Amino acid sequence: MSPAISVEAVSKRFMLGHAQGTTMLREVVMNALRAPFKRRSPGEREVLWALRDLSFAINVGEVVGIVGRNGAGKSTLLKILSRITRPSSGLVRVRGRVASLLEVGTGFHEELTGRENVYLSGCILGMPKRRIDDQLDAIVAYADVERFIDTPIKHYSSGMRLRLGFAVAAHLESDILVVDEVLAVGDGEFQQKCLRTMGELHNSGRTVLFVSHNLAAVENLCTRALWLEQGQLQEDGPATHVIQSYMATFTSSDERVRDLRDIPDRQGTGDLRFTKVEFLGPDRTPLAAIRSGDSLVIRLHFEVHRPLTHPTFAADLHTFLGTLAAQVSTQNDGYTISLLPSGPGYIDLAIECLPLAPGRYSLSLLATDHGGTWADHLQHCTSFEILPSARYGLMRGLRNPVLLLESQWEVTAPD
Amino acid sequence: MPESVSPSPTVTAAALPRPVLEFVSSDSPGFLASLRELWSYRELLFFLAWRDITIRYRQTLLGIGWAVLQPVVTMLVFTILFGVVVKVPTDGIPAPIFYFSGLLPWLYFANAIPASTSSLLGNGYLIKKIYFPRLALPAGTALVALVDFAIGIVILMAMMIYYDVMSWRLLLWIPLSIHLWLFSFALGAYLSALNVKYRDVKHAIPFLVQTWLFLTPVIYPSSVVPERFSLLIDLNPLTGIIESFRKATVQTASFDWQALGISAGVTVVLLFLSLAYFRHAEGYFSDIV
Repeated sequence: MSPAISVEAVSKRFMLGHAQGTTMLREVVMNALRAPFKRRSPGEREVLWALRDLSFAINVGEVVGIVGRNGAGKSTLLKILSRITRPSSGLVRVRGRVASLLEVGTGFHEELTGRENVYLSGCILGMPKRRIDDQLDAIVAYADVERFIDTPIKHYSSGMRLRLGFAVAAHLESDILVVDEVLAVGDGEFQQKCLRTMGELHNSGRTVLFVSHNLAAVENLCTRALWLEQGQLQEDGPATHVIQSYMATFTSSDERVRDLRDIPDRQGTGDLRFTKVEFLGPDRTPLAAIRSGDSLVIRLHFEVHRPLTHPTFAADLHTFLGTLAAQVSTQNDGYTISLLPSGPGYIDLAIECLPLAPGRYSLSLLATDHGGTWADHLQHCTSFEILPSARYGLMRGLRNPVLLLESQWEVTAPD
Repeated sequence: MPESVSPSPTVTAAALPRPVLEFVSSDSPGFLASLRELWSYRELLFFLAWRDITIRYRQTLLGIGWAVLQPVVTMLVFTILFGVVVKVPTDGIPAPIFYFSGLLPWLYFANAIPASTSSLLGNGYLIKKIYFPRLALPAGTALVALVDFAIGIVILMAMMIYYDVMSWRLLLWIPLSIHLWLFSFALGAYLSALNVKYRDVKHAIPFLVQTWLFLTPVIYPSSVVPERFSLLIDLNPLTGIIESFRKATVQTASFDWQALGISAGVTVVLLFLSLAYFRHAEGYFSDIV
């Protein structure tokens, strides 16, 4: 049987500079008038390879996750497979009808009612009108918006809009489903529903391609994963293996002090840059090891490049498989900083008790200015190992929980 | 949310009675293939047109009023200015009918061209997120402008009854309208693709349309154009369309088949060239839109 998708030596190149290829007709005419015989070659521009010489094949019925850092080429790959953009070279063969879901609610228009938007979005996503007629009730019920179906969606909450958008997508008829980071939005319940539906689509024998930063979701849903690194295939194999080797690259060293200055994969304005992370004990001395239930101080060193008024800081802890285990922020704790002048500094994050199960965790950091604009954002910039401690019992027979509870048991039985 | 009200879709891939579709990414579709594909997406074409019409008439109370007001007021101004003050000949047609029947196709063109030109950029958020034949955007936009045109036709028919010049000849408007749509679509598709690459194209459009008005027999009949320029003015496809449109309102007038033939020829050639450029440009729309 021939594969559902085959990608042969595909590359995609973008020209940098000059507003990504657009220009003004006026300039072209003026240049031609000024120097009519001079040929302008495009070679002077800087070239960015979003994908480089990528080859793989996906069989019918496979559910494949694509993982990789920001800018690794995941979205470009999905766009090529969805026919939104053409590769610069190479060949893509896709057999079957593709439904691509690169956002929730593609084509929604604020002024139209829920019902009208179901028709519009369904049609844009490739659903014939007759099928929308048949499925309308099911879509509306799935999205749970019966009461508001004839209300313009500009009055919808963002949750309702998401549910309606995903409901349309879930009722698409297709052989191949291409999904990009849809699960990154919405509340927990919505995400659960998405995951359940994706699982059902898988069971129906469809070929699914799935990009997500939620590595736990990729591991749960996918049998196979592709890891892209700088537009090239780094690893291709069973999802669990690929994800583990991908996570392992977030940090290799297990130092108590980690230098962050040379991490290239960061976002934000750069008004502030994190420079170093230290893991300290409650007495502010370096820790030998971090154990479940420990008190801990995480000291974040930074360098302020432009004075920030009312900045905020936040940190996320992810498990090794990408589940968000904990989230802390100065905003949430009601801690305000009036001004950070230019220059170096640090902020201490004290944690009373770290009730996390032994294992490897990664730390993500965020600093924003008073308006919430990212000054510096580092995803999975460092990782550390939490070791077992006696505080939570014998630690036997645990099947990878995230949390540990201080628990006591008491039985009452008839005499 | 109770489980019972949210039935999950269960469609098995094997049950889908469709042939396997195959696409190879490096293909640039041929001329006929791209028209055939547009046809297979005709539902989308109509939904996009329906969206624009709905939004337009829902947002403004004056939506329909505007479609009536624009041609009627322009017609009154032309009638007074050119019929009474300057006294431009109208080939024996009552001046209001002469101007109105020329204005309707002209206003269609003058509204459709700027709208088509910005149709790709205006729907950039769709182009970046989903595949569909990009031609559906300028084609759909050219359809939307037909609504105002149709409203104008109703007014024109009322005027013809009033002046007692009604005849079956106005059935000829149907093929003429299709011709007009095709020409506007061909030019609009080209300009929309050009506007993605060169962002200042849309600034040139009002000037283009304004100049075009004077080169087209809207405010004057083509009969006043000196003989040696007649071939030149016939090369403008709107000449044949608008003149024939006007002559369909007069029982006795004979059609200028030469002008109409040239117009059809130019339209077909333009359609080929325009779609050739569009198919070439289509490849980079989503990268730079």
